[in-house]
Amino acid sequence: MTITDEEVKQIEARALEIRKTIIEMLAEAKSGHTAGPLGMADIFAALYFHVMKHDPKNPAWEERDRLILSNGHITPVRYSTMAHAGYFPVEECLTLRKFGSRLQGHPERDMLPGVETTSGPLGSGLSQASGYALAARMDGKKFRIFCLTSDGEQEEGNTWEGAMFAAKYRLTNLLQVMDRNNIQIDGNTEDIMPLEPLADKYRAFNWHVIEVDGHNIQQFVEACDEAKSIKEKPTLILAHTTPGKGVPSIENDYRWHGNPPGKGPTDKIAADKQKEVFLQELEANKL
Amino acid sequence: MINPGAKLAENIFDKPDMASTREGFGKGVVEAGNADERVVVLTADLAESTNAHHFQEAFPERFVQVGVAEQNLATVAAGMANYGKIPFITSYAAFNPGRNWEQIRTTIALNDVPVIVNGMHAGVSVGPDGATHQALEDIAMMRALPNFTVISACDSEEGRKATIAAAKLGKPVYMRWGREKSPIMTTAETPFEIGKAIEFWRGEKPQVAIIGTGSLVHNALLAARELEKEISVVVLNVHTIKPLDERKLVELARECGAVVTVEEHQVHGGLGGAIAELLAREQPTPMEFVGMQDKFGQSGTAAELIDHYGMGAKSIIEAIKKVSARKSK
Repeated sequence: MTITDEEVKQIEARALEIRKTIIEMLAEAKSGHTAGPLGMADIFAALYFHVMKHDPKNPAWEERDRLILSNGHITPVRYSTMAHAGYFPVEECLTLRKFGSRLQGHPERDMLPGVETTSGPLGSGLSQASGYALAARMDGKKFRIFCLTSDGEQEEGNTWEGAMFAAKYRLTNLLQVMDRNNIQIDGNTEDIMPLEPLADKYRAFNWHVIEVDGHNIQQFVEACDEAKSIKEKPTLILAHTTPGKGVPSIENDYRWHGNPPGKGPTDKIAADKQKEVFLQELEANKL
Repeated sequence: MINPGAKLAENIFDKPDMASTREGFGKGVVEAGNADERVVVLTADLAESTNAHHFQEAFPERFVQVGVAEQNLATVAAGMANYGKIPFITSYAAFNPGRNWEQIRTTIALNDVPVIVNGMHAGVSVGPDGATHQALEDIAMMRALPNFTVISACDSEEGRKATIAAAKLGKPVYMRWGREKSPIMTTAETPFEIGKAIEFWRGEKPQVAIIGTGSLVHNALLAARELEKEISVVVLNVHTIKPLDERKLVELARECGAVVTVEEHQVHGGLGGAIAELLAREQPTPMEFVGMQDKFGQSGTAAELIDHYGMGAKSIIEAIKKVSARKSK
């Protein structure tokens, strides 16, 4: 799967729309995580609009590629991307975290078609994706399982249990995409619990590791292609991203990990007002 | 006297055949595997002592070894069930669900996928391994989870049937198993249905209902027989702790007017707790609770520990007398 410059531009335009919706839904919810979803918008756009085989009109299609989101707290980016891809109306995004909504604060499998598994508690996605991949291989299925993880959840023991398991069973139909954005709720990852050298750790666990700029669509798509040619190991795409990407005033600030517009760490400003500021920043800084 | 409708073993009081309940799991899971190719079995470095090795030998391609990693055990199985398999996961109850409870909650219960969680070596009867390996809280942990069915078989034959039934349920199930050999009370003809309690013993005009689960039901029968001339009782085997056979339990409490629960589990939150919640709502009844009285166990033989911690036939008799006396006040 190659990608043309024109296609890259289209995906970048999608990512901008996805980001705008993220800002709008978080401002409306007055609750939720901002930095992670913005940082992963390019990768989600690339997955849903280019890389993955899926059908928004038939979310239960048996041969679809599966996206297991391990770090469920960035689900606004998934909801926004799914809506823009046609799974449900974009307006429904404004029901995020509200009573009766299908868009739960952390995603639930039984609530919204297209959400493959329930997640939020960290560190359990990689094992679930591995089990899924092993079961699919038992039945000779050809689809791929994309497991999206965060860097912070590499602190969970369960993650490394899953990493060993995936390597043992040589799950080449499994692709882990890690959001290496260097922040977690309480601070920068290397201050809270140093993770480096992450790539070496995964290589030592018998994974194939590809490092990419998580905002470079071309690099990411090529890495997804490269993973297909790796026959002995599962692959990790270590995606270096900028938390809060697209809104320079909050980029790389861990204090925006767990807060929505209007509840930022410094300025006291109404959610609606801050939303407008963020949307203007997005337009001004689009790729 | 023994309820003839239960079709129990004839030698139930006279040198009964012995087998651990986990042996029933080992047989049942192979039968379930034969009946449905979606059945897979996972273990966390305990294939033999969980009896999962029988399945491993029969279906090596459907057996998954995850290593000493119980959180992985639960989550890999959740992924497999999410895909469409019917995974049985096996380890000691102290670790499964003891260590991986949150993973079970989020990825199995909330996902509502049909993983059958098997906790082996439950109760103090694990014996010499000591308190670390004697799971006494697992029923409480598992019956608090929505979507879960909770089963505790009284012997290997009932366990075999329960395993086959669990594979067909299409829902999350917790099954609790014992390590030690215990009397085989039931036969192939004994009726078994998930959610349906079954009377093993019924005296004339019963004054106390003994409601038991697991292999201690045999001690309940011994107590019933010994008291036969003195206090007439019913012994009810409750293999399904969730959902409870509410109608039967309320009827029985109404008929007898006093209840003793018997389980190899903490008295807080287990079978006794479940029955008390039900009866407080539907049929308030004096109760006594035979089980672990908010303590940890220790090393010893199974018989020593059951006796020491007050779960032997003698303790059940005392509880029956006590509740009977409370009733007549």
